[in-house]
Amino acid sequence: MNQHNHRFISSNRRVREDRRFVAGKGKFVADIEMSDMAHVALVAAQHPAAKILRIDGSAALAMDGVIAVLTGEELAAAVNPLMNGLDTPNVRRFPLAVGQNRYAGEWIAAVVAESRALAEDAAEKVVVETETLPFVIDPEAALESGAPAVHPEHGSNLLLDRTFDWGPVEEDFARSEEKLSLRVTWGRNSTVPIETFGVICKWDPWSEMLDVWASIQMPKYADQIARSLKIPGNAVRVHYDVDVGGSYGVKRGIKHTVLCAYLARKLGRPIRLIEDRLENMRAGDAHGPERIFDIDVAFDRDGTVRSMKMRALDNAGAYAGRAPFQLGKPIGAIVGPYQIASVQYRAMSVTTNKTVQEAVRGFGQSPTNYAIETMMDRIAEYLGMDRIELRRRNLIRADQFPYLIPSGSTYDSGDYHAVVDKVLAQADYEGLVGERDRLRAEGLCAGIGIAACLEPSGGNSSFEPLLNEKNRTSTWMEGSRINVDALGDVTVTIHTTSSGQGHETLAATVVGEILEIDPDRIRVVRPDSLGSLPGNSPVGSRMAIMLGGAAANAARNLRDQMIAIAAHAMGVEASRARYQNGTISGPDGRTVGWDEVVDIAHRRFHDLPPGTNPGLTASFIQQVPTGVALPKDGKVQMYPCYSFEFHVVLLAFDPVLARPEIRRYVIGHDCGTVINPHIVKGMTLGGIAHGIGAALLEEFAYDGEGQLMTQSFLDYLMPSSHEVPEVQIVHHCTPSPLTEFGQKGSGESGYLGAPAAISGAIHDAVRPWGVHLNKLPIRMSAVSDAIAAAEERGNRPQ
Amino acid sequence: MKVELTVNGRKAEIDVEPRVTLLDALRDELGLKGTHAGCEHGVCGACTVMVDGAAVRSCLMFAVQSDGLDIMTIEGVARADGELGIVQDAFCETHGLQCGYCTPGMIIAAQALLQRNPNPTDTEIRDAISGNICRCTGYGQIVEAIRLAARHMRESNALRAGEPAE
Repeated sequence: MNQHNHRFISSNRRVREDRRFVAGKGKFVADIEMSDMAHVALVAAQHPAAKILRIDGSAALAMDGVIAVLTGEELAAAVNPLMNGLDTPNVRRFPLAVGQNRYAGEWIAAVVAESRALAEDAAEKVVVETETLPFVIDPEAALESGAPAVHPEHGSNLLLDRTFDWGPVEEDFARSEEKLSLRVTWGRNSTVPIETFGVICKWDPWSEMLDVWASIQMPKYADQIARSLKIPGNAVRVHYDVDVGGSYGVKRGIKHTVLCAYLARKLGRPIRLIEDRLENMRAGDAHGPERIFDIDVAFDRDGTVRSMKMRALDNAGAYAGRAPFQLGKPIGAIVGPYQIASVQYRAMSVTTNKTVQEAVRGFGQSPTNYAIETMMDRIAEYLGMDRIELRRRNLIRADQFPYLIPSGSTYDSGDYHAVVDKVLAQADYEGLVGERDRLRAEGLCAGIGIAACLEPSGGNSSFEPLLNEKNRTSTWMEGSRINVDALGDVTVTIHTTSSGQGHETLAATVVGEILEIDPDRIRVVRPDSLGSLPGNSPVGSRMAIMLGGAAANAARNLRDQMIAIAAHAMGVEASRARYQNGTISGPDGRTVGWDEVVDIAHRRFHDLPPGTNPGLTASFIQQVPTGVALPKDGKVQMYPCYSFEFHVVLLAFDPVLARPEIRRYVIGHDCGTVINPHIVKGMTLGGIAHGIGAALLEEFAYDGEGQLMTQSFLDYLMPSSHEVPEVQIVHHCTPSPLTEFGQKGSGESGYLGAPAAISGAIHDAVRPWGVHLNKLPIRMSAVSDAIAAAEERGNRPQ
Repeated sequence: MKVELTVNGRKAEIDVEPRVTLLDALRDELGLKGTHAGCEHGVCGACTVMVDGAAVRSCLMFAVQSDGLDIMTIEGVARADGELGIVQDAFCETHGLQCGYCTPGMIIAAQALLQRNPNPTDTEIRDAISGNICRCTGYGQIVEAIRLAARHMRESNALRAGEPAE
């Protein structure tokens, strides 16, 4: 577990995937050509809610090159509804609206033509007659009696309402010296990858096989396609060797896929649907959480936080999707990195006439961290206490691990105080405070933001059985296979697509480490789904742990086989043989080399130990460390490993213009043993950039008519190289005791704390005016308006 | 409409509808899939190519407008099969990418910068790539890559990006 003993792990090796991408030789789904391919464009709903009276595709069908017009009614008669993880059978979702649409932009019909341009032209000719219905887009309004019902058959707009009491909450509140309440809101944003979602489906009636190439990051994708289309699981072949142009959670185009698969079977041609940006923003069903937090917190005057009541009300949008579960994962780190003894948590998911949510980086953890960290800042403000001192007082201490939190998860390891100290030293915190005060003296608003938070990693799906008792899932496995061919060369398999996480580098590094051979000699391939071991795709910050674990264990198995073969050849006990750098030596100093073992395994059955199968191959399916038990009494071990991050940011802006400029950003990051430093660094920096967007810029904003206002990159603002500052990363390594090399997850790092830190910095900057800005993103206009309003009230800074 | 253009040093003739963008023509008519569509409204920069030596968004230009022009795409950047250019190599060295989707446009933008400014400051680097959105990296390792590429170019005897051989 000591990282210094590693040869390849933790060393600054190049990321092997990069070579093909810098040459423009990635293979993205839009790059795949196929003869006879037809193209899909969509007819989008104009109103947020409307009854569909009639769809007339005749004018479209009359155009040259137009092949078909498909309605929701026809599709729904042929396929099962898309998977719904909750037990809400009357909230049914199909790729195209059936009977009525539930958000503006929802797909009403699909047009298939010889080219995408033709299909778009024809889509404009489809006449849809509708009767508008009342709609609701505000989650609190949706809860009121008499609110328009988004799914009338469901009976209410509540998809989920569960209260967990990990007590004794009331007793702890009664015992505490102080209490305060706050409300903060996380605005609806998403990861918005630069590549939109795309899929190609091809049906071969002679082999009864559906081939799928997609820009996908989704667990159980092939299963979901088969279930929806009512075809056997082994009639779906997903090609995992498609590069995915960014995802960060959202690339889960199951509705696109079912639509194209149906069309491919119906029309007997390969069908391609690549979203354009408008379709992606409006109806890609890939928005992120939109959440109102109401918090009551109980604490003592010395700053000890005793108990918390949190209500999280999330606006899921028009269909359940994965949104409700994004209220579930944060249960695994509901107290953040703090020793809070009891918690009451009410998770409410409400359906409205907005675009559907999808899983977004952190799966609900970043909004929750923002709420917790804002709460900590408010307590410090209330007590007149230093924000860092307050956190230090409440952080779990290194000697308390493994640490059981009230909701049933045990944190594996950490040394939070050490990371805080390192960051403050690196940032020269005193100097930073001086710099802030100097900026203030110049007439600028300047503030320092602080955030401490956790990244639960290793992703299993414990939130599913926790929030849906009918779900009995207790594994979220990942497999890997190693073959050593007859020439002695090593090939490792991974069984999923990747979207920039460097899994090929991860697998090669880990296998190289165990087999003590240069990872650059190892080939990594991705068989299609039918040739694959079970896996769950790169979600939940899990692949370093799960693919890393699977590949390492397969490599260990392979090494043991090689030792056994060599020991037999030398006539010694396997336990007395030693493996080093691919050569096996006996106790008497004799050695058997790699090539010799390979030759025996592949050609000389007579030289194999009795009972040994020929060939040299090993597979391993990794179970989630700790992930074995179903929830009990509303408690569950959510994820196995917990990475820690601590952010310090100095931000300044002009009080009138309020354009924030980040002057300094330092993050301390402890994700245990780092497998590839380049990859972890990139994840962290990218996560911070994404967090800057969530805090200051990015929002899917709707107008009062229920129309999405931010449908292009001109309106939905993403951080450019101007908005993202240079960031300093301070490393710390507390290995996880649960994983192969002590690694934890890092795929969500940075993003999980940056919004809280930036919000905190803005609050520190506007503290002289005594205002709070309780909703993300905090827009420039909101800041300058709040300052102006405070001054009008006579609340001028001293 | 018939269009004659030079792409990566080779003459090409294509026949396209007037409404076809240069981006689509490069990808669909000429099979050059390294140039990517991101937003198709000129914001993200994923489709950046070099047109007569300047970095241009190929989604904002019609193919017919490129008649007679000299285009370089990412496929024209590598020096030979399997041999990366200096900027490409620097992106690999610092891991200035993750998913690789914005990368071709980013590398073209970097080439364009280094062609006119062999010793850019970090501010100049950030200005040069500010029209190229990357959702993966947060730009840190991209800035490092361009910084490194500039150094390698200054220290190398090789021709600078875009420098004529004569």
